[in-house]
Amino acid sequence: MTVTDILLLALGAVAAGSALRVVTTTHIVRAGLWLVVALGAMAACYLVLTAELVAWVQVLIYVGAVVVLLLFATMLTRAPIGPSPELDRARFPAALIGLGSGGGLAALFIFGYRWGKAELAAPGTAGVLGKEIFSGWVLPFEVLSILLLAALVGAIVVSRGERS
Amino acid sequence: MNLAESPKLEDFGHDVWWIILIKVVGIFAFLVVMTLFTIWYERKVVGRMQHRPGPNRVGPIGLLQSLADGLKLAFKEDIMPKLADKAVFFIAPVISTVCAFTAFSIMPLGGMVSIFGERTPLQLTDLPVAVLLVLACGGLGIYGIVLGGWASGSTYPLLGGLRSAAQMISYEVAMGLSIVAVFMTAGSMSTSEIVAAQANGSQQEIFGSTVTLPGWYFLMLLPSFLIYFISAVGETNRAPFDLPEAESELVGGFHTEYSSLKFALFFLAEYINMVTVSALCTTLFLGGWRAPAPITTWWAGANEGWWPLLWFTVKVLILLFVFVWLRGTLPRLRYDQFMRFGWKVLVPINLVWILLVAGVRVAANADNTVRYAIYGGFAVLLVGIIMFWPAKKQVEPASIAPEKLPEGSFPIPPMDLVVPPSPRTKRIEHAAAAPSATPEQGE
Repeated sequence: MTVTDILLLALGAVAAGSALRVVTTTHIVRAGLWLVVALGAMAACYLVLTAELVAWVQVLIYVGAVVVLLLFATMLTRAPIGPSPELDRARFPAALIGLGSGGGLAALFIFGYRWGKAELAAPGTAGVLGKEIFSGWVLPFEVLSILLLAALVGAIVVSRGERS
Repeated sequence: MNLAESPKLEDFGHDVWWIILIKVVGIFAFLVVMTLFTIWYERKVVGRMQHRPGPNRVGPIGLLQSLADGLKLAFKEDIMPKLADKAVFFIAPVISTVCAFTAFSIMPLGGMVSIFGERTPLQLTDLPVAVLLVLACGGLGIYGIVLGGWASGSTYPLLGGLRSAAQMISYEVAMGLSIVAVFMTAGSMSTSEIVAAQANGSQQEIFGSTVTLPGWYFLMLLPSFLIYFISAVGETNRAPFDLPEAESELVGGFHTEYSSLKFALFFLAEYINMVTVSALCTTLFLGGWRAPAPITTWWAGANEGWWPLLWFTVKVLILLFVFVWLRGTLPRLRYDQFMRFGWKVLVPINLVWILLVAGVRVAANADNTVRYAIYGGFAVLLVGIIMFWPAKKQVEPASIAPEKLPEGSFPIPPMDLVVPPSPRTKRIEHAAAAPSATPEQGE
């Protein structure tokens, strides 16, 4: 076990544990804060894997913007201080889906790599990442941007409502 | 200019532990002293702008005023609102302050110096993506404000927190985009390399003649500089964009319920953020710690040793003056004006500008055919924008017909109600119209 392994395991445990708290806590805003911890731990994982750019972009976009927006939306509607036990959750189906997708992904990874060793790629600097995205991954990148654009336009259409 | 003095990325990460400790303590002390000084400086400058002396009781010319205020804050009662979410209420100012301090760790304060015989860059650390770290810290700092506002369990702080969340996210977009042009020109996201890239102007061939472009980016990338500074004001919640803590609307905004040291931490974070965005502006656009051009021509050693710290501080103080100047002169924007300005003016201009900069950079490295194709494309784009610029829509005045109200509602004044001019104004107008006969006609 190297230091990298230990760090990755610890950060993974933090991410998984706080992700669990996201879905089990009854405080709405605290669920958002646990989500921040989970995403931050993911960013730290990227940092350990020397993907600096991805790590900071993760912090910048997910922690710094997406979750803030989520909190903003909840506070705009209703974000009581203290637990809100009246919230309903589909515990059984959610657990089934969560466990199923998690287990499936884990099985896929184990099947794919068979506990073999993978060499750590070159440090994920902006240059390396840019070359990768705009050479091998152009199509997924563009498809994703179209998806985001569609979501943006959809949000505008929905929020404008019915107008004669 | 001695370029060997400018640190490379490889120079970082080899410091002995006690040098790191010295740097950390040094930056901490620098920021705290800058905060104390900036508060005094702001009150003094605003005082001068309003024809009053400003603080002048504690210490020479009032210099110790902020220290006295800080001590006073520390001795105040620490109030915990009954409805507050205790844990989050406590953590919020801590998040704000920690993020504010962390962002400063990558600011290049100078070139290579020697501390007790160890050669080391005058900068705590540097990363290949250092500027992103500052942006990320800014993004995390929002949590302090939003959570502080929410956890207070009170309406005004919640409204302030909501405003600041929307405001800071919006202006972070504009801020991040304005830095993109710098990244493209400098070819790096590391702060020390961006400063090094501004040391000398690049030689550029424009239509056959070689021209030396100015080194500092604020001239070459003027739109980016302006947008950066405007969004920095929005990002730090300063007037005229101080909507999250608008005193006349929200009492005190997100920190209404805070007192004592927790309030002091928010205050500290706000001023450190001001120093940080000014320092980042200096680094990105104003040549960082390098001495301005006229000084370096007659004094070769201006960029060596500890002198850069002076240039850096002076540049930061000039930018802080602009912050205070804006506060002293501009009224607060309305919330919708502010949002429209951010999303409909700053962001689109920024996107077009990035496209332009990218095009020019490609053109500079391409052969002549591609170059003229790109310039031709710009010309077509320009003509297209001018031709298809949307004409201003005729806004129909709101209907002033009295609304049909159900029986028993409150009476509403007519929409076209005109307030009669005050008698005093009338008299003054009258006097201005006929100055010779004022005393008799005034009666």
